[in-house]
Amino acid sequence: MEKLLGEFSVGLFFWQTLLFIALVLLLKKFAWKPILNAVNEREQGIKDALDSAQKAKEEMANLQADNEKLLKEARAERDAMLKEARDIKNKMISDAKDEAKVEADKMVAQAQAAIESEKKAAIADLKNQVATLSLNIAEKVVKQNLATDDKQQELVKSLLEES
Amino acid sequence: MQKDRLAALFFIVFVCFGALNLWASDNKEKGNTPEDRKTEVSAYVKHHNLDTHDFGLFSYTDDQGAHHSVGFPLPVILWSDGLHVFSSSALHHGETVVASNGKFFKLDTHTYKIYETDAEGTFKYDDQHHVTNVAPLDFSITKSVFMIMVVSVLLFLIFSSLAKSYAENKSIPKGVGRFFEPIVLYIRDDIAIPNIGEEKYQKYMPYLLTVFFFIWFLNLFGLTPLGINVTGNIAVTTALAIITFLLTNLTGTKDYWKHIFDPLGHGMPWAAKIPLYIILIPIEVLGIFIKPFSLLIRLYANMQAGHIVLGSLIGLIYIFQNWIAGPLGFGLSFAISLIELLVALLQAYIFTMLSALYFGFASESHDHAVEHDGEVQHL
Repeated sequence: MEKLLGEFSVGLFFWQTLLFIALVLLLKKFAWKPILNAVNEREQGIKDALDSAQKAKEEMANLQADNEKLLKEARAERDAMLKEARDIKNKMISDAKDEAKVEADKMVAQAQAAIESEKKAAIADLKNQVATLSLNIAEKVVKQNLATDDKQQELVKSLLEES
Repeated sequence: MQKDRLAALFFIVFVCFGALNLWASDNKEKGNTPEDRKTEVSAYVKHHNLDTHDFGLFSYTDDQGAHHSVGFPLPVILWSDGLHVFSSSALHHGETVVASNGKFFKLDTHTYKIYETDAEGTFKYDDQHHVTNVAPLDFSITKSVFMIMVVSVLLFLIFSSLAKSYAENKSIPKGVGRFFEPIVLYIRDDIAIPNIGEEKYQKYMPYLLTVFFFIWFLNLFGLTPLGINVTGNIAVTTALAIITFLLTNLTGTKDYWKHIFDPLGHGMPWAAKIPLYIILIPIEVLGIFIKPFSLLIRLYANMQAGHIVLGSLIGLIYIFQNWIAGPLGFGLSFAISLIELLVALLQAYIFTMLSALYFGFASESHDHAVEHDGEVQHL
């Protein structure tokens, strides 16, 4: 201990204290403050950059989700429209078919009715002609003095040929 | 830019060497027995670790056996009923008496201290061979003071240029800054913040950073063969420890003082506390002083011991002067040098770390107690 105290130099202690405090103050002003500020600033900058990158990423994801949603909506709308169009088409076709059928049926019925009436008219006409013919024959037969058989036969034959 | 700096460095070196003085001490016939060499080496190692008034670079013995020391003188500043300033070259390593302003001074070659003497330069000794002459107040720029100045200038140049390079390069360090920036960040992130806390660490940062690099650089200079032993000098470590002590106690919070004078807190009635405190408070108060004292002794002892061990191992070569001791001394001192390189960093780290720890005690606030209350409520 005595040796330690003997070694203790007041002058060195004085200079060390003075120079060291001056050094701390000088370095504080010209080195540590600017260095620590710059480092803090840089770290803050990195942090901000990372944050903004994260933010951009999130925004991007949001945008993508939005796009996806829009696309989905558009697709759904398109599907709906297509379906509607198909329905309309089908309906139109079936409507047209129905209408055509009704029309055709109507035409067939009309044709049938016309045929029936024609047929009836023809039959009536034929009946009249047959009656007239029969009457004519009968008249001629009667007119020819149906004296003999030959004559009768001849007459019938000629009449038949005539008719 | 780089070249300019190099040129400036060479210029400084040349100026220093230009100021070299050559002194020749008297022709002492030295014996060459191992015993003589042992005392010589012991004296040399002791001298090497002491602060001196001149900056010795090397010494040699010429063909005639004359002892020469090469180095440069430093100013001697003494106070004894007035200021006395002269160059240390006037002392001639304690061989001549210096007259200044009507007083006479001479260097004692055992302790390397300057004493007031009469015109003939006689020393008076007591029975234990201690000089009893009056010692003037010695404010000389000694070798240690000179090295403190050199390291201060070096630190200032390195770190102010690092600070400047930030301004110039958008916060990206350049050159030596690339090496020093991680260390600065390490001190901030792994020494200051964990020990002191995120809120209060900033006001201690200038001191912690300066003290770390100051001790580290001086320790490293101590490993050069120039015989620089600044951090192994008790006056220097005392000055540093006193600054830590003052910073700790001047920035101490209410909780810090409460911890010293009322360590048991609210949990105990006063009647029970008083008998305990008769023992506890003196221990706590003593602790305030023991903490920085341990700092100063640890740094001093480690650096001083390293120098003595290294000096002794190198001295072995000269004492034995044979083929075994030579390589052995070299190998051992080389190994110890490597360890000393680590110790240089380690001691700087420990001093900074413990200072930060003490600052942490001083700036503690009652947050942790609140946390405990919260835990209790949870239970």
